Amino acid sequence: MTLNQQRKLKTILTGLFAWTVALVLFFPIFWMFITSFKTELQAISVPPSLFFEPTLDNFRIVQERSDYIHHAWNSVVTSFGSTIIALVIAIPAAYSMAFFPGKRTKDILLWMLSTKMLPAVGVLVPIYILCRDYGLLDSKTALVIIFTLMNLPIIVWMLFSYFKDLPKEILEAARMDGATPWDEVVKVVLPLSVGAISSTALLSIVLCWNEAFWSLNLTASDAAPLTAMIASYSSPEGLFWAKLSAASTLACAPIVIFGWFCQKQLVQGLTFGAVK
Amino acid sequence: MKRSITRLLMAPSVIMLLVWMIIPLSMTIYFSTIRYNLLYPGQNNFVGLMNFEFFITDPGFIPAVSNTLILLLSVLIITVVLGVMLSALIDKPFFGQGIVRVLLISPFFIMPTVNALIWKNMMMNPVYGIFAWISESLGFEPIDWLSSYPLVSIIIMVSWQWLPFAILVFVTALQSQDTEQKEAAQMDGATGLHIFRYLTIPHLARPIAVVVMIETIFLLAVFAEIFVSTGGGPGYDSTNLAYLIYNQALLQYDVGVASAGGLFAVLLANIVAFFLIRAVGKNLTV
Repeated sequence: MTLNQQRKLKTILTGLFAWTVALVLFFPIFWMFITSFKTELQAISVPPSLFFEPTLDNFRIVQERSDYIHHAWNSVVTSFGSTIIALVIAIPAAYSMAFFPGKRTKDILLWMLSTKMLPAVGVLVPIYILCRDYGLLDSKTALVIIFTLMNLPIIVWMLFSYFKDLPKEILEAARMDGATPWDEVVKVVLPLSVGAISSTALLSIVLCWNEAFWSLNLTASDAAPLTAMIASYSSPEGLFWAKLSAASTLACAPIVIFGWFCQKQLVQGLTFGAVK
Repeated sequence: MKRSITRLLMAPSVIMLLVWMIIPLSMTIYFSTIRYNLLYPGQNNFVGLMNFEFFITDPGFIPAVSNTLILLLSVLIITVVLGVMLSALIDKPFFGQGIVRVLLISPFFIMPTVNALIWKNMMMNPVYGIFAWISESLGFEPIDWLSSYPLVSIIIMVSWQWLPFAILVFVTALQSQDTEQKEAAQMDGATGLHIFRYLTIPHLARPIAVVVMIETIFLLAVFAEIFVSTGGGPGYDSTNLAYLIYNQALLQYDVGVASAGGLFAVLLANIVAFFLIRAVGKNLTV
């Protein structure tokens, strides 16, 4: 075998291996998707059936029984709402820490991240009681507030690491030309970091969409996002796999497709810019 | 710019996080020292450290702490080790790389409740599940995963979610690895294993630190997977701290004991964070 042939063989083997790993990891999602088009009998047939006449009944039943649209809307409102609020609060903070660092900037950043290490269970009871006392149980408002605070440290940190790498000269030049701090942020910093801000927003949206601790514990029906709706399919509907799969497919499809389009930015974002 | 303006810009974030941290935490501390059961309202007398005693002597306590740590360490090891190996193996151009990337990252976007339901039913069900079908086809007895190996089942679910993340971070990092250095090493007769050990691993130190840190934040708080699949059982076999506290507070209505447990979880998280920052913190620059 020549060297060239050897290299070609190696590429083919790498490809085969990579495809195998990817398909194995993807299989459960594929199976969920396929099952959602089966009848309940086909869903539990042994051996598993791969060829069958697809039906859309399950999706119709899920919408009728648990009002998918209502829960999906809750997910959209809570994840987009909290992401927007968090960005508005985080951008000035990250800007000021990145461009005007003080002695304690590093400590403040580490402290912010350490609030993420605080396990949610540690404060579950007080938050639950506060929500109950202020009539916020099962309300979107409570979820938006909590999601905002939950992701704020990560958002500040990610934006900070992007802003920090922006060339300072540009800002100085702008200042020479008489730009006010407001102009500086709106006309110079923001346009330069559209990519960074959008990947931060994407990550925040994914984390909120899939958040399950607070949404399971603080909502019942009115404000329940998709994570909570799916949990209601866990025991009583245990053996109705086709309907369960249809509900799951509906719950995950928006964010998975969204993620497919943005996976590159997401990975870079989630590593705090440490991996380029 | 003036110090005061920079402070003003930071103020909303800092104040909100401070409030978010201090109010619930001090309430938790207060609740943990009083008798506070939602079933017996009005009997909230000071009990000192009794709630802590109750929590620590709860039969679920030791299993919950060890399950929390086993879950954390197993998933970290599985995702980092497999992640590094797999990403090193697929870090070469091949047919359909883009699609493989998209397929690989997908489990990361699946919500934990769905993750648990897919695995519990369609994969691990002892009668109709895919695993049962595979083992029967191979001539083995099917395993009832959730009741025989509950913690292992949870570890599989959580690893499935986080392995894609690790692979993607490492693959992204490997793309920035110096290829000339690798070729030079090859010229000098270094084997693939040598290159992996002396060039690839050191290059990945920082991404590994990032993956470990982010995963730890989320793994200490695993809840939905347990809630939906095993319900912490059988017995306490798959109960972690988060689930045990949830159990105390919202199922047994004992806010006092649950608060004591919450403080213990905070303590444990701090201990883990302390070791973590010492171990990997060097690799994280601010």
